Amino acid sequence: MSGMSVISYQEAALQAVAEEMRRDPRVWALGEDLGRGGVFGQYRGLVDEFGPERIADTPISEATIMGASVGAALVGTRPVVEMRFADFALCAVDEMVNQAAKARFMFGGQARVPMVIRQPSGMWRSSAAQHSQSLEAWYTHIPGLVVAAPYTPADNKGLLKSAIRCDDPVIYIEHKDNWALEGEVPDDDDYLVPLGPARLAREGADLTVVTWSKMVGVAEQAAEQAAEMGIEIEIVDLRTLWPWDQEMVFASVAKTKRLMVVHEAVQVGGFGAEIAATVAEHMAHVLVAPIRRLGAPRAPISYAKPLEDLLRITPDKILNIAQEQTRA
Amino acid sequence: MPNDAVHSSHNIDRDRLVDLYRTMRRIRAFEEAAEKASLAGLVGGAVHLSIGQEAVAAGVCANLRRTDQITTTHRGHGHCIAKGTDPGAMMLELFGKEGGTCGGKGGSMHIADFDVGMLGANGVVAAGIPIAVGAAHGAKLLGEDRVVVCFFGDGAINRGPFMEGLNWATVFQLPVLFVCEHNGFASTTHSDAVTGGGGANARAESLGLEAFEVDGNDVAAVDGLVGDLIPRIRGGGGPMFLSARTYRLKGHTSVDPALYRDQEHAASQWDGDPLVRAADELRRLGLGDSDLTAIDSAAVGEMVRVAEAADAADTPALEHAFADIQDIGAPVWEAQS
Ligand SMILES: Cc1ncc(C[n+]2csc(CCOP(=O)(O)OP(=O)(O)O)c2C)c(N)n1
Ligand SMILES: [Mg+2]
Repeated sequence: MSGMSVISYQEAALQAVAEEMRRDPRVWALGEDLGRGGVFGQYRGLVDEFGPERIADTPISEATIMGASVGAALVGTRPVVEMRFADFALCAVDEMVNQAAKARFMFGGQARVPMVIRQPSGMWRSSAAQHSQSLEAWYTHIPGLVVAAPYTPADNKGLLKSAIRCDDPVIYIEHKDNWALEGEVPDDDDYLVPLGPARLAREGADLTVVTWSKMVGVAEQAAEQAAEMGIEIEIVDLRTLWPWDQEMVFASVAKTKRLMVVHEAVQVGGFGAEIAATVAEHMAHVLVAPIRRLGAPRAPISYAKPLEDLLRITPDKILNIAQEQTRA
Repeated sequence: MPNDAVHSSHNIDRDRLVDLYRTMRRIRAFEEAAEKASLAGLVGGAVHLSIGQEAVAAGVCANLRRTDQITTTHRGHGHCIAKGTDPGAMMLELFGKEGGTCGGKGGSMHIADFDVGMLGANGVVAAGIPIAVGAAHGAKLLGEDRVVVCFFGDGAINRGPFMEGLNWATVFQLPVLFVCEHNGFASTTHSDAVTGGGGANARAESLGLEAFEVDGNDVAAVDGLVGDLIPRIRGGGGPMFLSARTYRLKGHTSVDPALYRDQEHAASQWDGDPLVRAADELRRLGLGDSDLTAIDSAAVGEMVRVAEAADAADTPALEHAFADIQDIGAPVWEAQS
C-alpha cells in the first residue's frame, strides 16, 4: 500500500526519472546543464545519485544530443533526451523525424529506438518568439512517434515513467508554466499512466472541451464560470496526442452533442483540427452546434506583455465560444 | 599528435591480401550486378555505386570484430559486404523483395544488418555521424569493448553534425574511428570547391582527434594503418580520424554519366583502380593468374546468382507497409478485398 503526496509537476518528473533510473541501469539522461539540475531544476540532485555518466552534461549540440541518443538507443540503452526548450529541438529535427522515428521501420524491425524526448513547451514569462512555442502538432504528423503532453503532476509522473519504459520514441511535452503546479501524486514507484488513454478532467452535460497540457487548467477555470451561468462543460484532458483517445472523446461528444477543441498552439494546422475533423467525420449526425476550435492566432509570440497576452488562450475566450455553442 | 603522412603499402602477408582482394572483388561484382539491375529498371530509386572505393571498405572492415559496429551512407554497399552482410539479402533489399535485409522496406540507402554490427546506411548526408557516436557512447555506458567505425564522404564534412559529432567523441573519449572517403565529389560538385580551410583532417585535429591519411586505393595500406588504429581505440585511446583518398569511378548514381567532370582525367583514374593494384601486388607476391581468375569468376558468379534470385523473389506482403512502425498508436492494417 502506498500513499499520496502533494508535490509539484517538476518534482513529479524528477521522481519519475529517478525511479526509472533505479529500476533499469540502461536508462540515462543527457542534455545541457543536467549536472546542475537542468534549466528548470527537473534533474536536481540526480547527478549525486547516478553520477555524471548517467546524468550526462553535453555540449550545446542539439543535433548530436538527439542523434547520439538514437545511436545509443539502437545499441540497447534507453536515453532520456533533454531539449531544454521545445524551440531548440528544431535544431535536431532530422535526428528526430528522419532517424529516431524511421529506424525501426526502415530497417525492417531489426532495431528499436527507445528514447524519450523531453520538450518543455509553451508560453510562460515574456519569452518571445523563440522560447514560447507549442509545436506538438508537428510530431503527431510523424509515423513512428508517440506524443504525450501531461497536465497534472500525477500524470507527469505516470506518463513519463511509461514513456521511459516504452520501446517507441516518445515526444514528451511538459509545459513550462506548470513546473510549480502542485497536486496529489502516488508515491508508488510503479505508478504508471498508460500512453494513449485520456483523462476525464471534469464531467458536464452541455459541451465537451477537448484540450491538453496547461490549457486543461484554463478550461477548468472557464468551466467554473460557465457553471455559474448554467452551462455544464465536460473536459477531456487528452494527455497523449498520438495516439489520442477517440473512444473517450466520442463518448463525451455523444453525450453533450457539442465539441470545442482548445490548444495553446497556433490554430491553423493545430492538432485540434485533427480532432475536429475526426469527430465531424464520425459524429456529424449527433452534433447540435458547429464544432469550434480555439487556438492561437497565426502570429509569432511577442515579447511585450500586452502583445503576448493578446495571443494567450484565456477562460473568457473559452466562455464566449461555449455561450455561442450552447445558445444554438 | 597529428600524423598526416600518407601511409604506403606495408609488407602484407599474401593470404591476407588474397582475402582483401576477394572482398573487394565481391563488392565490385555486387555493384556491377546492382548497376545492371538498376539500368534494366529492376531496381528502383537511386543506386549509389562504390566502384573504385572498395579498398576502403575492405581494408577497414578486415580489422573489425563481428561485435564491432559501423554506420554508413547512401554509398554503403561495400561497407555492408565487408562487414559480413549477406549479399543475397542485400540484393533482395535493392529489388524491394521479401527476405531483404530490411524486408524490402528500406532499399539501397537503408540497408542494415544488426547481427553483424551494421547499424544502418543513411539517406541523409552526415546523419550517420551522431548515430555512430551514440553507438560508441552506448558501448561505453554498457561497459562493452566494441569499436564503432563511421563511414562518410568528403561532402559530409560541411554539415553541422560532423563538427558536433567529432567534438562529442572527443569530449566523451569514445571508441570511434571516423573514416572520410575522400572521392573528390559531393554529387556533381567538386568537394574542394565548397570546403574552406584545411579540410577534413585539419578540422578533426582542431577538435582534438588524431588524424591520419591513407591512399584509399591501396588496400594493403588501409588494412595496415587501420590494423594499428583499432587496437589503440579499443584500448581507450579515444576517437581517431582517417581520411582515405579514393575516386568514384562511376557517376553519383547508377544513371549519372558524370559529364560534369574532366572526361580524360576520369578515364585515367581507372589506372588506379584498387582491384587492379591489388591484383598486381598479388602477382608480384607470386599468385598465378588462374588463382586470380578463380576469385573473380566466383565473385561474379555469386552476384549474378543473387541478382537472379532477387529478380525471382516475391514482393513483401502488403501488410508490411504498416508493420514495425510503433507499438503504441500503430496504424491498423485493413486488408483490401
Ligand atoms: C542532408 C542532405 N543533403 C543533401 C543530400 C543529397 N545528396 C545525396 S549524396 C550527396 C553527395 C554526398 O557527397 P559525399 O558526402 O562526398 O559522399 P559521396 O556521394 O561522394 O560518397 C548529396 C548532396 C542528402 N542526401 N542529404
Ligand atoms: Mg564524396
